[in-house]
Amino acid sequence: MKAFKEFVRKEIYHISRDYRTLFVLLGMPIAQLIIFGFAIRTEISEADIGIFDKSKDHVTQKIIDKIVSSGHFKLTEYIESPEDMEKSFRAGKVKQIIVFEENFAHKLGRGSAQVQIINDASDPNVAKILNMYASTIILDFLKGFNQNGMAGNIVIAPQPRMMYNPEMRSVYMFVPGLIVLILMLVSALMTSVAITKEKEKGTLEVLLVSPLRPQTIIIGKVIPYLLLSLFNAATVLVLSRAIFGVPFKGSMLDFAIVTVIFILVALGIGIVISTISKTQQTALMISLAGLLMPTVLLSGFIFPIENMPWALQLFSKVIPATWYLIILKAIMLKGLSFGYFWQETLVLIGFMIFLLTVANKKFKVRLE
Amino acid sequence: MNNDNTNMNTNMNTTNSLGYDKAIVSENLTKKFGRFTAVDTISFSVDKGEIFGFLGANGAGKTTAMRMLTGLLLPTSGRASVAGFDVFTQTEEIKRNIGYMSQKFSLYEDLTIGENIDFYGGIYGLGRSELKTKTSEMIEKFSLGDAGRKLIKDLPLGWKQMLAFSVAMIHNPQIVFLDEPTGGVDPITRRRFWDLIYEASSQGKTIFVTTHYMDEAEYCGRVSIMVDGLIEAMGRPNDLKLQYGCDSMNDVFVKLARPE
Ligand SMILES: Nc1ncnc2c1ncn2[C@@H]1O[C@H](COP(=O)(O)OP(=O)(O)OP(=O)(O)O)[C@@H](O)[C@H]1O
Ligand SMILES: [Mg+2]
Repeated sequence: MKAFKEFVRKEIYHISRDYRTLFVLLGMPIAQLIIFGFAIRTEISEADIGIFDKSKDHVTQKIIDKIVSSGHFKLTEYIESPEDMEKSFRAGKVKQIIVFEENFAHKLGRGSAQVQIINDASDPNVAKILNMYASTIILDFLKGFNQNGMAGNIVIAPQPRMMYNPEMRSVYMFVPGLIVLILMLVSALMTSVAITKEKEKGTLEVLLVSPLRPQTIIIGKVIPYLLLSLFNAATVLVLSRAIFGVPFKGSMLDFAIVTVIFILVALGIGIVISTISKTQQTALMISLAGLLMPTVLLSGFIFPIENMPWALQLFSKVIPATWYLIILKAIMLKGLSFGYFWQETLVLIGFMIFLLTVANKKFKVRLE
Repeated sequence: MNNDNTNMNTNMNTTNSLGYDKAIVSENLTKKFGRFTAVDTISFSVDKGEIFGFLGANGAGKTTAMRMLTGLLLPTSGRASVAGFDVFTQTEEIKRNIGYMSQKFSLYEDLTIGENIDFYGGIYGLGRSELKTKTSEMIEKFSLGDAGRKLIKDLPLGWKQMLAFSVAMIHNPQIVFLDEPTGGVDPITRRRFWDLIYEASSQGKTIFVTTHYMDEAEYCGRVSIMVDGLIEAMGRPNDLKLQYGCDSMNDVFVKLARPE
């Protein structure tokens, strides 16, 4: 126990005296939250869309031409039935489907016709912007139409899918992802570099010659990073609520339990990386390329997994972050509890047991 | 913990198949890395309280041998005991009885000397007040003064090495392994370093030290000279000089390490 205390204290000295590390560890959560929160994409071109034209008359054709020639859209699917609509969305073929009701021209001539703009809100930023583009074009068309002496009205009835994110605030979606990323950075990357540093500097050898058990050394070494990870996760939660009003619907206890499991997974990865790297540089490269890139790109943090090719979808399943992210979104945005994500939790626990076992095996008292 | 140490130390006198009353005994100790034999059937013994110099050119196998003796590397074959304990099976006990200064610098550069003492002393189970005393003793002994509050990396190399040596002995071990403790240190500071070694030796501690400096070889009670994993010569410096008809250990070394 005393040894652990000494390790924590020493590690705090290390971290607090290395300004770069300190900055990365404490400044990063804030900086990333702000970058992701505010840097919303604003210009989109050639988004894939589908048209479900139940009328197929000269007016709908004109509107479609106008939409396609705007440059914002690329018409990729002609939809013929409501089932097709569902399929195209699910396959990720289209981001938006525009539905014209039957006898559109006729109804418009008589006063009012209806058009629906349906968006795939899994990327809420994109959905919001595409929705705005389409409605502007349609209303623009209507203006021209009425100037020709007609007096029709087009009713736009948008039905974006946004059950769990009613305001389509993208920062809601980013916060869980950001927590995953930061935990990975601190628990896996920082830990692997910190352990490898002791190896590189030769101090690990001295520790191994001490009567401490290797488990004690490794636990002592990672405890500070566990604490730091928890602190950073809490910071992101508090800030995201204070700055962007992101809600936290579920139970804090559930969150804490799953988060600790995930941190242990990440620490396990960090230790394993440190056992295969000889220098800090190597540890850093392995962590960045082999760990953080897949976490960012394939866990569903930035790109929806449903839209990936099957090989990548399969690969995303072996990334612990994928599972943690599903749970995190369920807790934070949907307010669900263990009953709904016990399977994902079990998968995470499986990862944890596997990684900690490997880490324990690889980190031996003896060198080589 | 301190009581523990003394208990352990008395263990050295208990019977052991490799001989007792010897601090270190090695019989045909061998280490192979794949096909390459880094340490080749070395046999020697070191008496308690002796200063044993372990000489050899770069890559001769000194560090590898020392790592086997300290329990860091598993020997490929042969037998060895340290403080009466077997290097294959009793590394836990060995570790409690030895101090070790690795060839790479072993203190934390971004900590002060006090913080290093607290950490290393702490993991050996030393108490708070004990650590405090050790720290002030050390600051006084090396007349560090205000430098005691500086980070290790801001101190001159000579001081660093002397501090590292003192920290390696913080838990009062009976045997101390020093791997090139004076590498890169100026002659005057090296002299002071050897004063420390003598002081420890006079307290009955066994010193096992590797070096590249042949003048230092003269300070040792006995030396062994390793060439390509094999011990080519062993004995008191004066005896070796006589045996090889040389005036200095340097000449002996050159004769052995670079045969015509
Ligand atoms: N883990 C290892 N794997 C393979 N070869 C190794 C390993 N460790 C050491 N060697 C090789 O064993 C030989 C002896 O190395 P060792 O470090 O013991 O020499 P040394 O006498 O300490 O040299 P120096 O004076 O440079 O410290 C060298 O040729 C080295 O390359
Ligand atoms: Mg060496």
